[in-house]
Amino acid sequence: MKVVGLIIALLAGSLLVYATADFPPLGDPNSPASVHVSPRYIEKTMEETDVPNIVTSVLADYRGYDTMFETTVIFCAGVACFLLLRVYRREEPQERLYRHVLTGVTIHVKAGKLPPSPDFERIDSAWTPHDLIIKTICRLLIPFIQLFALYVIAHGHHSPGGGFQGGVMLGASVIVLAMSQDLRTAVRRLREKADALMCATGVFIYAGTGALCLLLGSNFLDYSALAPVLHVDPIMARSHGIFMVEVGVGVAVMGVMIWIYNNVSSMGKYDEGL
Amino acid sequence: MLWQLDLAVLTLVVVVGIGSIMVKDLLGAAIMFGAYSFLMCLLWSIMGAVDVAFTEASVGAGVSTVFFVAAVFRTTRRTKD
Amino acid sequence: MMGEFMQAVIAKYNYWIYITLMMIGLYAMIAKNNLIKKIVGMNIFQTAIILFYVSIGVKKGGTLPIVEHGHGAHAHAVHAADYLNPLPHVLMLTAIVVSVATLGVALALGVKVYREYQTLEEDEILARIREK
Repeated sequence: MKVVGLIIALLAGSLLVYATADFPPLGDPNSPASVHVSPRYIEKTMEETDVPNIVTSVLADYRGYDTMFETTVIFCAGVACFLLLRVYRREEPQERLYRHVLTGVTIHVKAGKLPPSPDFERIDSAWTPHDLIIKTICRLLIPFIQLFALYVIAHGHHSPGGGFQGGVMLGASVIVLAMSQDLRTAVRRLREKADALMCATGVFIYAGTGALCLLLGSNFLDYSALAPVLHVDPIMARSHGIFMVEVGVGVAVMGVMIWIYNNVSSMGKYDEGL
Repeated sequence: MLWQLDLAVLTLVVVVGIGSIMVKDLLGAAIMFGAYSFLMCLLWSIMGAVDVAFTEASVGAGVSTVFFVAAVFRTTRRTKD
Repeated sequence: MMGEFMQAVIAKYNYWIYITLMMIGLYAMIAKNNLIKKIVGMNIFQTAIILFYVSIGVKKGGTLPIVEHGHGAHAHAVHAADYLNPLPHVLMLTAIVVSVATLGVALALGVKVYREYQTLEEDEILARIREK
């Protein structure tokens, strides 16, 4: 298998090298990719959408269909993870581990019984040291991570960033909670149902914005039709439409990242995480 | 685009890429893959694709490394190749 | 002759590296025995494609694809030659996020396989399937 793989890889590589000989040199301003449609995007984006970041305007406005179905793909991936891994059959472990919060003494408790006093907290059966510094620092950092993520989503029109990056960071903030405390704490904060609903809501916000344009008598995802609803001129309406769509993307991506992490790290049991 | 920096990072990317598939420990492979993603992020900010670099820094170097570590933690670190 | 060759190699250095990375990824996907290693190979393959697209978008003398004087100053004329090509960036931005989604599904499959067969090695899994 190794030899076959090497031969196939070398064959594919040599074909690509042969094809690369015809490419224009790196950084050529007159290469075919740079003269066909992108000059129009670069020159018209300010007067048509009022969004300085060309990447954002192309992503959410000129190529809105593309991004909508990418969001759907991400949603489908979350659902696929859930369907592959989630198990509802509860098989109780033989014994659970509890730690005394003040002294750090760990005790084993048989299945079906409760710890002797409420001062005990449940810990994972894998190696979990008593890490006060990590817990405290992560708890302090999470609000700032979320604030920065909201800034990234809202300021995507003027600087690098947007729904995808901000959504991933919002998801990462909850994943940090699940890693520094334990999975049960994070799931108590954001229930599985709420998470699944969030994924679907994100896709719905995106598609709903498009459908709203349709209802107001324009094409699907043509945000200039939103002008009478938002009380702005059509150009500004496109800018606001891009923002609405980015919020939808952010919500969907956040939900899917948390969903995949919860399922993979607990093998679908939602009991003991990383 | 600084071509010296570009060349150096491109060479490093290949080295780390080979390393991540050669190392005989899956947790090591996951961490090497995180380093690979981060070098890719550096490469894209050198080439001016700031949005792509931002996405790669948050997605590739952040979340996908966490997914790899979670999967390795739930399965096994053992590998024969 | 030699100088021209070296010129050609350096002028398309990014393209040679993307081919190398693609070969590494393809080799890992075909020849590696461990499923997680195969997934790492798949991700390296994906980043190689992204490197190819971003290399296409590079323009000598172009700056970042964010319009300067973006706040309200509509009098400035925008020249396409001053900015990098934003189109490959857009396509690859979504491709990266989709790649993490596919990575999640692939890892879920890997975890499921491990739950079923207690191993991630391809030959051992095949042996256990034949035993049954």
